[in-house]
Amino acid sequence: MTETSSPAIATGAPVRLKSIAPPGHVRCPWYLRGKTGVIERDLGLTGNPETLAYGVEAQQIRLYRVRFTMKDIWGDDADPASDTLDAEIFENWLEPTHAS
Amino acid sequence: MTNSATADAGRRWHDMGGDPAGQINRDEHDYALWEKRVDALMVIASKKKHFTVDGLRRVLEDMGPEAFETMSYYERWIHSITQNLMEGGVFTPAELGDKMAEVAARGASYGEASLGD
Repeated sequence: MTETSSPAIATGAPVRLKSIAPPGHVRCPWYLRGKTGVIERDLGLTGNPETLAYGVEAQQIRLYRVRFTMKDIWGDDADPASDTLDAEIFENWLEPTHAS
Repeated sequence: MTNSATADAGRRWHDMGGDPAGQINRDEHDYALWEKRVDALMVIASKKKHFTVDGLRRVLEDMGPEAFETMSYYERWIHSITQNLMEGGVFTPAELGDKMAEVAARGASYGEASLGD
């Protein structure tokens, strides 16, 4: 029980996916780590899969759908840059965009 | 196309999203009876709360790329389900070994081995 469910992040708010690389079962795709998107919707609370994976009782944490543009992910080379990709990301992988 | 934000240090083998993938085989295929049974076993084990799909995925990932190349989809599943059930204390390795020997003694074919309680 290391994580605490925080207040819901507002739809449309920018978020960055943490750029960390822990071992073990994690639920954040490598190619999206460190990328910034916006909250598309709040999908509610669910058991933390990174805890459930080890057969341990899990805390309820919030899952979001995060929307990225191709430019957000691949940079200026992306074509078309305005196409979007949605990824469902748990709150423990999100950080405010003002964090370094 | 490159993903400039991160070097690959720490990237796990299965986390291949965003990489070039080539053509996808969209052919439908039938499943063998044993494969359907493996799928059913996962449903039962989940319903009984022995473990979750998260545990299934964890062991599949930990099996590594060699297993991904050499074992079929449901071969990998039965390995993971077995591992999770032992971790959950549903049976011990010795109990599994005894059962496997008992089943094998019924006959060499799948049909023969499948009959029985």
